[in-house]
Amino acid sequence: MKQLLILSGKGGTGKTTIASAFIKLSDARVYADCDVDAPNLHLITKQNAEPEKSDYFGLPIAEINPQICIECDQCRRNCRFDAIKVDGIYKVDPYACEGCGVCEALCPTDAIVLKPAVAGELMLYASQQEVFSTAQLKMGSGTSGKLVTEVKKQMKSAAVDAQYAIIDGSPGIGCPVIASLSGVDLVLIVAEPSMSGLSDMERIIETARKFGTKTAVCINKYDTNLQITERIEDFCERQGLDFAGRIPFDWEAVKAINMGRTIVDINCPSGNATKKIYHKTMELLYDES
Amino acid sequence: MKLAMPVNEKDMKTEICVSFGRSPYFLFYDTDTEEGTFIDNSAAASSGGAGIKAAQIIVDNNAGALLTPRCGENAANVLKSADINLYKTEGVSVTENIEAFIDGKLSLLDEIHEGFHGHGGN
Amino acid sequence: MRIAVLSGKGGTGKTLVSVNLAAAAGSSTYIDCDVEEPNGHLFFKPKAVQVEEISVGVPAVDNTLCNGCRKCVDFCKFNALAYVKDSLIIFEEICHSCGGCMMFCPVEALKETEKVIGTVENGMSDQVRVQTGILNPGEVSGVPIIKRLIGESNPASKEELTLIDCPPGSACVVMESIKDANYCILVAEPTLFGAHNLDMVHELVELFQKPFGVVLNKCIEGENPSEKYCVEKGIRILGRIPYDAELGKLNSNGEIAARKSEKYNAIFSSLLKTVRQEVQHETASDS
Repeated sequence: MKQLLILSGKGGTGKTTIASAFIKLSDARVYADCDVDAPNLHLITKQNAEPEKSDYFGLPIAEINPQICIECDQCRRNCRFDAIKVDGIYKVDPYACEGCGVCEALCPTDAIVLKPAVAGELMLYASQQEVFSTAQLKMGSGTSGKLVTEVKKQMKSAAVDAQYAIIDGSPGIGCPVIASLSGVDLVLIVAEPSMSGLSDMERIIETARKFGTKTAVCINKYDTNLQITERIEDFCERQGLDFAGRIPFDWEAVKAINMGRTIVDINCPSGNATKKIYHKTMELLYDES
Repeated sequence: MKLAMPVNEKDMKTEICVSFGRSPYFLFYDTDTEEGTFIDNSAAASSGGAGIKAAQIIVDNNAGALLTPRCGENAANVLKSADINLYKTEGVSVTENIEAFIDGKLSLLDEIHEGFHGHGGN
Repeated sequence: MRIAVLSGKGGTGKTLVSVNLAAAAGSSTYIDCDVEEPNGHLFFKPKAVQVEEISVGVPAVDNTLCNGCRKCVDFCKFNALAYVKDSLIIFEEICHSCGGCMMFCPVEALKETEKVIGTVENGMSDQVRVQTGILNPGEVSGVPIIKRLIGESNPASKEELTLIDCPPGSACVVMESIKDANYCILVAEPTLFGAHNLDMVHELVELFQKPFGVVLNKCIEGENPSEKYCVEKGIRILGRIPYDAELGKLNSNGEIAARKSEKYNAIFSSLLKTVRQEVQHETASDS
């Protein structure tokens, strides 16, 4: 099964808008939302049935039993993550704790134990017609990378016969993005023609390059800044990156999304441009060279 | 020679697991005595670095070769340091892969994937 | 006065708001905590920049001292260590720098070495002190850089204004960024996704018990799902920035609207005044 991942570096460039359009156009039966921090894809793809939900356990979190604790302070002094605070009693900050186990090992009275902790929820919509895998990370959690991997794993095990899968990614270049890049056949980067957009695009391209993933670029809202659009196109040419096309800024797109529809559900300039990019992208996805 | 394989169940009739690091069990098969031993893979529950821990288990059990559909780069690094060769499995049958290995029909695993970098994986 | 600017969704205008408020204030500090994709410096173009490398500690082994007891391998919760053919293999990129292996090695064969994961840059743009955190691509977590940024900033007086430009979302990097803030500005755009993610980050600031208000950005005619959300939840709306091609152009070219345009200087100065009043009002009850 071929996997197409849509990333951007910068937030708000249009990943979900484009991913939902691609899903509609390809009649994709397998797709996932890897932006586990702020998932939005489900607002457009609108599933009918209830999903299969499962708890996602992140790193275990330390817990101090105040009745056994002798307040020797060894745990607090040796915690590299500043996760132990004294507020009357010694307490672990569950948002800062990384589950390393140093405090548990050091405690002279065994007052500290690492306990499993729910860090999010996985959701799988699986039917004859389609498989949609998504998740919501619990606020403040780390280990979002592992949850992203669980979303992909869930998607793959439910999608037995599918030819391809479309994955909506998250902004940034850190942990969840790195996890989503694993095993992907093509990354489509949605760039925005602004100074910030250009800078962020370069960083995400560098990240994808580090992981050896085939990369293509498209520009959204290109007409908001033609000069920078040209710069992005030049950059792609110089770097040997496939350029998949450009989409104009379009108020109809905003309206469609606000109504929970994709931009290819209506006849509009951005939708039409996206169709061309979609065809080009799928061509690249299947091109073995 | 002792062969190692990631497997789905503790039974010779079972299938090879698609994942190495998070396989539920490992089979260690001795080609000389023709005996197989199954152990639980304690690495499967890891938050990250499962491949590394799984590779350590293979090393500690003195396997001479690992038969697997795939392997991440950190795990491959550990196995190569221990001079354990990696072979790519064909199909999912345990017994067929063992026979193929003995007949010299299995090829070495070339494509080491970049791994999941400590983020959990499959 | 430390004000964090955040939003659940990316691209809503955190940087626009934090950069322009810092500029409108004249003398202030601007801290860019979006270490994965820092953008504030593109607007401020700071001068006299000093660069500091940020590193985390990872273990290095002296194999002549190592006796193969494997206490470190067994201890590491992240599986960053393996022991093969009488030598220890260390996987730096998996290491979480907890220090445990070094602490528990009975023969002191493990020593800490530094692995650079990014930088903090300090510079000036007119009267604004600009501090930028930059994570190196390929590194997994920007938290140590944010800790340095937040920890380092020690304004002379409580009155001095610090704007903290946060990463998008609500994960650990965001929490780290808002920890020391007195007040949070949530920036929301008038879209379905914007309102959905506003809800998420609203929950975050409530959890951290931070006083907050919302700035509605890119406002257009018609119903604004984010405004609707604020009204429903009784959330204070600090200001509305209309969608405007002129502002969009200035912003996309990396220009600070409050410095280039009188209209926008007035808008952001007014917003700043409202925010200051809110903060004073909130902290009055603390003192």
